[in-house]
Order: sequence, then structure tokens, then C-alpha cells
Amino acid sequence: MLFTSYRFLGFLAALLLLYYILPKRFQWILLLAGSYVFYFAAGPSFLLYILAATVTTWFAARRIGDNLTRQRAYLKEHAEQMDRGAKKAYKKGEERIRRRWLAACLLLNLGVLAVVKYTNFVISNINGVLSLFGGTGLSPVSLVLPLGISFYTFQAVGYLIDVYRGTVPAERNLPRFALFISFFPQLIQGPISRWGDLSRTLYQEHEFDGRQVAFGLQRMLWGYFKKMVVADRVLAAVMTIVGGPEVYRGAYILAGMVFYTLQLYADFTGGIDITIGVAEALGIQVQENFIRPYFSKSLKEYWRRWHVSMSSWFRDYLFYPVSTSRWMQRFTRFVKARLGEKPGRRLPVYLSTFVVWLATGVWHGASWNFIVWGLANWAVLMASEELEPLYGKFHQRYAVRRKLWYRLFQVGRLFLLVCILNLFDCYPSLSLTFGAFASIFTAGNWEILWDGSLLALGLSALDYGILACGTALMLLVSLSQRGGSVREKIARRPYAVRFAVWYGLFLIVLLMGIYGVGYDASQFIYNQF
Amino acid sequence: MEELLNILREMHPDVDFEKEEHLIDSAVLDSMDIVTLITEIGEEFDVTITAADIVPDNFNSAKALYALIQRLEDET
Repeated sequence: MLFTSYRFLGFLAALLLLYYILPKRFQWILLLAGSYVFYFAAGPSFLLYILAATVTTWFAARRIGDNLTRQRAYLKEHAEQMDRGAKKAYKKGEERIRRRWLAACLLLNLGVLAVVKYTNFVISNINGVLSLFGGTGLSPVSLVLPLGISFYTFQAVGYLIDVYRGTVPAERNLPRFALFISFFPQLIQGPISRWGDLSRTLYQEHEFDGRQVAFGLQRMLWGYFKKMVVADRVLAAVMTIVGGPEVYRGAYILAGMVFYTLQLYADFTGGIDITIGVAEALGIQVQENFIRPYFSKSLKEYWRRWHVSMSSWFRDYLFYPVSTSRWMQRFTRFVKARLGEKPGRRLPVYLSTFVVWLATGVWHGASWNFIVWGLANWAVLMASEELEPLYGKFHQRYAVRRKLWYRLFQVGRLFLLVCILNLFDCYPSLSLTFGAFASIFTAGNWEILWDGSLLALGLSALDYGILACGTALMLLVSLSQRGGSVREKIARRPYAVRFAVWYGLFLIVLLMGIYGVGYDASQFIYNQF
Repeated sequence: MEELLNILREMHPDVDFEKEEHLIDSAVLDSMDIVTLITEIGEEFDVTITAADIVPDNFNSAKALYALIQRLEDET
């Protein structure tokens, strides 16, 4: 039951109706039931995995939370009898117990994720090595990859670590916690919510608020426009180019890179618009996952604005723990003593960042392409960091930073860089990816960009026209967002304008949306993660 | 406090750390700065700032950061 199916719209309509008719104290229970129905429809066997993640995380978090509460009470009660050393020893002992629960739960949940997602990748690599020595390979195993497992596992792990750090209390009620993990709008493709954010509105009793429901539906409509009119339209050209690496080379790759970047943006941000819109219609606030990422001027800024919930997850739960760990501090001292102050400051940060980007690559998929994609991101980020003093000198000498043309150059440069990095996402192997990229410089077929060849990629002139208008509209909306909510601005307009905007958009989605022509239009790219 | 201000000034000479109160919210300090800062503070003040302490409230201003250092010094 994916967002672009009629079944989902029917499910949502029924759920919304019941949600506002039922006594308010039952609203969250209805959401829990609805979320499990939604997930059951995706695959009955997936339920076992999400239930296991829910129960184990809830239980371990409770043990950790109870231990923290007990520790606080004990220290308060014995404040006068215990000296500083005794308190420290007591805290250390309790901390050890909490750490065991944390480690066991992390091992279990990340272990399940690793097994279902990466077993066959490991087997194929072992087979690759064995074949070098003439050995016989292992057979791949048949494992179910539960939909959304990367997202809900990360959400569960984030919650567990927050409880361990004492930043949020452990939830005592299992069904309430089960709703946090399974909340259907964000179950399949995120965002990866934090307990501290989502729980504020998830369990509240919500009065029917017409304006809020309308705003939610409007946000959904905007998401459907991006997904069905733009992303699913340009998909035909992407599939043609990527599907024929022997034929489509050179300038086709350049066009394909831009098409795929447009598709990924419209698909993923559109999906998140639908998620946030559905939640908003239910009166629930889900954190934004994108902050106009293509207005970024550097890759570092881009990763603060694209898929924010994932990058902040890696920052808070991997980068900070690794970079502030005891062994990393020891490594810092070692580098400082051997190589000097400057490398001592930078190398540990670069090493921690390497770990994060390796993990980010692995998280995106079980293939070398994703791993190299992650490390390519890391390499560009570190190179920018090293070049920072040079940029500083350049900006001291030339006052161009605030000039519009220079900012446009930076934005264009970033866009091109992201397009190149996205190539790793398109092809199934590294050799195909590098071959395709190299052909841009060697094929010399630039004429295909204007001689009509692009019209043979599965898109007509009308399709290109619709894509150009759709992209211009997304750009306009992004520009307008800088001055506040676009929906608020439209809501302040006269009725005729509002009617024209929203019914116009509805008609565009209805008439120009792509409805499963020759491919599975309902799949969102990020569902596979 | 002066030692802390010196560490911060060395990282970003253009920022007035005595007045700035949104170091994280305004992205003056990014995640790499924070890690460098933690290492420097660890050496200067002999305290261990852990990942759990890295929340905007502790890092938004030099004053808040200094309060965190004092709290950690009291605990050790």
C-alpha cells in the first residue's frame, strides 16, 4: 500500500474520518492499529521484524531508564554518607549495567539489519575472492528484506541511545512505543524521527481543525505533483540511459546525471511532503527533512540541508561518539606528539568523518557503488576542508562572496558535483559507473543535446515542456519558501486565487501524472533503503 | 573563561564569542569545530566532554560551554 496507490488514499480517508469521530483518547490507538494494517499490507512477514525491534528496544530502554532513576534516587538518599570517590565508583558500576543493555540491544537490532541487508553482499564478495583461487562459490541465501527496516531500526537505535544518555525518559507503555516505531506516514522512507520531537504531538488528543487538515492535504498534493508529474515522468529517460550503457555514453550521461538528480529530488522530497502532509492532517508534527538543499554553496552545507534526519542521525549517534571516544582522544595525542599540532587537530576529525561516510554508504545499500559513493563524499568534504585557507585568501583578495553571479556559480558547482556523485546510484557496478563518467570526456557526441536525439529516450517534446515547467515551479516555490510558508501566503489570498491554485494543482496531478506506464511508478526510490 | 575564549578565537577569529549566543543555531560552529573544541578543552581543562554532552544548550555560547566545563570539573 504505497502512497501513490488508490488503496492508500482510501485507507487514509477512512482513517482520517475515524480519527476525528472517535473519542480523542483512542486516537493514538487507532493510529497504532492503522500503522500495523499499513505495514501488514506491505508484507505480512515483515511484521515479525518490526515487532522484534519494538519489543527489544522498549525492554532494553526501560531497563536503562529504570537504572538511571534508581541511581538518581540512591545518590540523593545517600548524598551525605557518600564521598566523591564512593559516588564515582557507584556511578561507574551502574553505568556498566546500562552499557550492557545498550550493547546487547544494539547488537541485536543492528545485527538483524546487517544480516537481512548485507548477507548476500558479503557472500558475493567471498565468492569473488574464492574465484581468484579457483574455488567454488557459496550460494546466495534467500532472505526477506523488510520494507523500511533501515529507517525504523535507526529510529529505534536513536531512541535507545537518547534514553541511555538521559536526554529522554524511557517510555513505559509498550503499545505507545510501538506507535513511535511504526507510525505509518514515515515508516517506509523516513524521516528518521527523534522521540523528543515526535512524541510531543504523537500522543496528544487532537481536535478537528479544518485549516490544519487542509494544510496537510495541500502539502500532500504538492508531494504528489513532485512525485507523479516530475519524478515519474523523467524516470523513463533515466531508465533508457542507464539501461543501455553500451549505447548511451558521452553527452547522454551528462543529460542522464541531470535527469536522475531531478528525479531523486522530486521523488524523495515529494515522498517526504506526502509524509509530513499526512501527519499534519492528523495534527502531528514530523520534522522537516529538506531545507532547500540545492541552494547550498558547498557539499558541507548540502549535507546539512539534504536528508537532514539521516545526516543528523549519523552526526549525533556515530560521529560524536567516535570522535570523542577515549581511543580517538589517545590517537589525537599520539598524532600531536609525532606530527605536530595541526595534523593532531585534523587527522582524528578526518578519521571520524571517514567512519561516518563509510557507514552512510553502507546504509544506502549493499553494493560497492554505495560504499565508493560515501567515500567520494568524504574525499570531497575533506579536500574542501584542506582548501579552506586558500579560499580564505581568495576571498580576502577578491570581494565576490556577496555578488549574485558568484553565488550562482557556487550553487551551479554544487549541483554539478551532486549530479556526478549521484552517478554511483545509477549503475549496478563501479566499472560501469566510471566508464560512463569517463565517456563524457571521450565520446564527443555533444550534438545529441540539440539534434533531437533526446526525444528518443522515452520522453516527447511535451514531456520535456512539462518537466521544464515542473522544475521551474519547484524552483519558484523554493525561492518563495525563503520568506516563510508558501501555503500561509496562498491562504491569505482571495478565495478565487486559492481555488485556482489548489484545484489547478489537483488537475495537473490528475491529467499530467504518470500512472504506471510500463514500469512500477508507485515505487519511491528511498523505499529500497 | 579567558582560556576558553582563546581556544574559540583561534578557531574563528572573526566571531565575537563574548556576545554570540547562537553558535550552534546559527551554524557558526559545525560538527568538525565541535570535535576540535572538545579535544582542546580536554587538554586545557582536563575534563572529558562526551557525546551525551553535545547538545545545543551546552554549545550555543561561550558562557554555556564554560558552565559545562565547570560542571564536569566538579564531577571529577
